[in-house]
Amino acid sequence: MNAHSPARLTLGPLLFHWSARKRRDFYLRIADEAPIDTVYLGEVVCSKRDSEFAGVRVEVIERLRAAGKEVVLSTLALVTTPAEVEAIRAVAGGDLLVEANDVAGVQLLAGRPFVVGPYINVFNEGARDFLLGRGAVRIVLPVEMPAKSIAVVAGGDARAEYEVQVFGRQPLSVAMRCYHARAHDRTKDHCQLVCGLDADGLTARTIDGSDILTINGTQTLTHGHAVLLAELESLRAAGVRHFRLSPQDLDMVAVAGLYREVLDGRCAPDAALAALRALTGEVPFINGFLHGREGLAWTNA
Amino acid sequence: MSPRYLELVCPAGTPAALHAAVDAGADTVYCGFRDCTNARNYPGLNFDADELREGIAYAHGRGCHVLVAVNTFPPAGNQAPWHRAIDTAADAGADAVILADLGVLDYATRRHPGLRRHLSVQASAANAPSIAFYRDHFGVKRVVLPRVLSVEEVAELVAATGIETEVFAFGSVGPMSEGRCFLSSYLTGLSPTSEGACAPASHVSYVEQDGRMLSRLGGTTLNCFGRGEPAAYPTPCKGRYVTHGRASYLFEEPIGLNAIKILPELKAAGVTALKIEGRQRSRAYVTQVVGDFRKALDALARGTTPPASGLKGETEGGRETFGAYHRGWR
Repeated sequence: MNAHSPARLTLGPLLFHWSARKRRDFYLRIADEAPIDTVYLGEVVCSKRDSEFAGVRVEVIERLRAAGKEVVLSTLALVTTPAEVEAIRAVAGGDLLVEANDVAGVQLLAGRPFVVGPYINVFNEGARDFLLGRGAVRIVLPVEMPAKSIAVVAGGDARAEYEVQVFGRQPLSVAMRCYHARAHDRTKDHCQLVCGLDADGLTARTIDGSDILTINGTQTLTHGHAVLLAELESLRAAGVRHFRLSPQDLDMVAVAGLYREVLDGRCAPDAALAALRALTGEVPFINGFLHGREGLAWTNA
Repeated sequence: MSPRYLELVCPAGTPAALHAAVDAGADTVYCGFRDCTNARNYPGLNFDADELREGIAYAHGRGCHVLVAVNTFPPAGNQAPWHRAIDTAADAGADAVILADLGVLDYATRRHPGLRRHLSVQASAANAPSIAFYRDHFGVKRVVLPRVLSVEEVAELVAATGIETEVFAFGSVGPMSEGRCFLSSYLTGLSPTSEGACAPASHVSYVEQDGRMLSRLGGTTLNCFGRGEPAAYPTPCKGRYVTHGRASYLFEEPIGLNAIKILPELKAAGVTALKIEGRQRSRAYVTQVVGDFRKALDALARGTTPPASGLKGETEGGRETFGAYHRGWR
């Protein structure tokens, strides 16, 4: 892939626990209005939430595909129960491309093309080459990866496509324990899906009052939104062709429009950054990982 | 001698700790090289090639095995130190290497097919297909299970995969899926996954403010303590955070994992080996913890009741838990 290949905009899997109705409305609007090429669907964080989407999944997939969008099914990042394994086996037997987020997915998708999700550690050429040999056709690189490493892994490799998250809170960890439940003095087994109260996650502050992390059930995310706009051109030059927007509870159609304009050269990154600020409110922008710094940092590119 | 009840795998952060662990009754010790190729890359710890050779001679002379952890993830364009670490461990006569990265596993499998491979907890293999993947592709003989599983789940995995398992018996309670946690690099810019140091001391500070002691990692305050109260080390998942206006240990309390009272449960689950954590801890810690586990295992092997153990003083915060092994932890 080179800098002249068409850049694809993707919508990562919804990480938060929204109601079926909110999910349906969100994805149908994406289908009708968003300049997005690929949509990842499926529960990545907690299998207890899965039933919420089941009722609208078929309709959403049909509408997205009818709108010309590629649909990829994302799978859980931390798989421990036999039921969770069976859920991956079920999607692995279907027609759609699947994103593996745990090595279990790589094993169960053997012999089929698949996407390596950002929760599988691909930090170097050795890991990349092994997974390409297993049938990986696209690799979503870990959020921690700095630009110079991305260039080494993605640069000049035409055997697969490479994807990087360029908007939204970055996932930092997954756990067996549910912190959302803990924040409500509950345990994971008796959580009553309390994570559904916070459509954009629950802010955790430091004891001296700085917003620092976002709690999303068993997942922990950055507080700030990762924003890689000024870096899009250099990422393209490094061999990245797919650019992931991670859904947040804000106008994602407008966010997609801004990124599309920058990718198409119709809007300068600075102007897009200012316009993005109007959509995201007070939440800080961060880009530290890409620049090889602490993840919460911001570097003016 | 009684048949082995469970293999006791003990930390050797330094050559001196290796001697202490062997002398205290370890069946196996594990160690790493003095660089970013292992997940305890802290100043003053670890081994060079000569020290490893000497340590292996000492351990083997006393019937004890030596495992070498090469369990971080090489950054792109710089895999050579990891490959060299495996070559060096093989040359020195290590009994196995403990690996996590797919590329490093692939290298070891192709270059040193005769060198036994264990899967590090850093690979976070917590289900049967993942373990089968590493077993089938890299001939992995043993998996160190993530400390997020209950005893029942451990038993199911042992039954489903037919592979040796090693579980954490003493050390910290790691609430996050290990090897995939970017909290420390989010705050410091240094990556535990590729540089081998979570909450590196170079980025830790303690600041006195309004009669309280604040502990910080990078520029972020992770906890505060009153005068005279011992200030815990600021690891991101052990800090205090405020949600809904209330400060709490959101991820994990200052508490240590101690499974010494549930060894029969782990044995019944089909576990092969117990891992004692603490390559960054003192020789005295190694001697006491290894000694107590040795006595407990020997008693169980003889079919007698283990003696009372006094390890509480060695656990984090002086409090202990069975962690994820018992289900209420979640």
